[in-house]
Amino acid sequence: MSQEANMRRVTAIKNGTVIDHIPAGKALSVLKMLGIGGDMSNPVSLVMNVPSKKMGGKDIIKVEDRELTQHELDRLALVAPDASVAIIRAYTVAEKLDINLTEEVVNVARCTFSNCITTNPREPLPHRLIVTSREPLELRCRYCGKTQDIEELIDNLI
Amino acid sequence: MPGLITMDDLTNEEIISILDNAEKLLPVARGEVYLPLLQGRILGNLFFEPSTRTRMSFETAMKRLGGDVVNLGDVKTSSVVKGETLFDTIQMVDGYTDIIAMRHPRQGAAQYACDSAKVPILNGGDGAGHHPTQTMLDLFTIRQSHGTLEGLNVVLAGDLRYGRTVHSLSHALVRFGCNVTFASPESLRMPEEIVADLKAHGAEVVETDDLLGQINNADVIYMTRIQKERFPDEDEYAKVAGAYKLQASDLDEAKAEMIIMHPLPRVDEIHPSVDSTRHARYFEQAFNGVVARMALMCWLLGVDVPEDINEKGVAL
Repeated sequence: MSQEANMRRVTAIKNGTVIDHIPAGKALSVLKMLGIGGDMSNPVSLVMNVPSKKMGGKDIIKVEDRELTQHELDRLALVAPDASVAIIRAYTVAEKLDINLTEEVVNVARCTFSNCITTNPREPLPHRLIVTSREPLELRCRYCGKTQDIEELIDNLI
Repeated sequence: MPGLITMDDLTNEEIISILDNAEKLLPVARGEVYLPLLQGRILGNLFFEPSTRTRMSFETAMKRLGGDVVNLGDVKTSSVVKGETLFDTIQMVDGYTDIIAMRHPRQGAAQYACDSAKVPILNGGDGAGHHPTQTMLDLFTIRQSHGTLEGLNVVLAGDLRYGRTVHSLSHALVRFGCNVTFASPESLRMPEEIVADLKAHGAEVVETDDLLGQINNADVIYMTRIQKERFPDEDEYAKVAGAYKLQASDLDEAKAEMIIMHPLPRVDEIHPSVDSTRHARYFEQAFNGVVARMALMCWLLGVDVPEDINEKGVAL
């Protein structure tokens, strides 16, 4: 199926953000990471498991009337490091943004190790995960040093 | 603030320099010379879980150097039981002291404290994580016996999964080019991420469940206690623990200079018959905790250890 056909599965948006090239099946995690749920009024369109030349399969998200910030998008590095992001204004692409995987992922997810000091929710310091490898993605908790399971990390999003 | 949380906080050169200072401080640790290098300094001992040797040797080290110690005391009667966070406890003790030694049941607690404090933190054990001050006294003991840290064959045996002393020690040994062999039951193997780290440093790591087969080639055998509570039932424990016991008759073919170490307390893993052999070093090792911790506190507080201890100090 053509790229155009994929994009037309949902209507073009007038203003907002389009996140393309999300790994197939990860769109719901991306929404969770962006804090986009049923309690917001902006229309959100979701396309999952559509064919992609580059990725085999992919998901796409369109969020209307909201321009996601670079800081919000960088949170996605854990699940969609290669996603492409476009800010749409008046039906045209006004800006293209990249998702940056920083050396340290701060306050995005809690360490998954059950005996880590950070499991006490009252401890006030930020949750800090150090990126020890980019390909494949590997993170360790700054405090306990445990290597994190990425799927479990997504369950631990803040 | 700099602290000692894992052995990665020290370069090899710093390790050697601290061990050299520890050696100079031996007469002070033995009580032969009084040298108040840390007079006016206060150590905060924060032990959130039981400790005998680590807590007492920190206290002895500070007092032998003329400083003083305040203790958290029993956790059950401290504000921790009222729900105080570690962050808040550290803020308080930070104001009372010049340096903090701590042990905590949660992994990562020492790094967390270090990120919260203005005074240096010495990690005296965090969960099953690290115990670098123990590693420093272990390295001191190995160097004292063998004259070097480099190229030795070291066997670490027993509970390698939960034993934090062996986690820190194995990292340090590999950095000095030692050959490490891990002898443990299958269920208590060294954690995969530590083995991966060691291999990334270029180490050849041997893993085995046969301790006795490693004795003849070893320069150091480092025993650890296998804890009953790690096993689902007593029979399973008895079966496994039985294979990790040393007695004097096992050592007939050992190298003459081979040493046996143990972080203590021991239960059954080293038979008392080993105590009187030339190989036993665990009691000296426990004493060495005092000099190692003296040297570490001097290093973290920026206090130089003089070459001529006997002239600078007062003979007792």
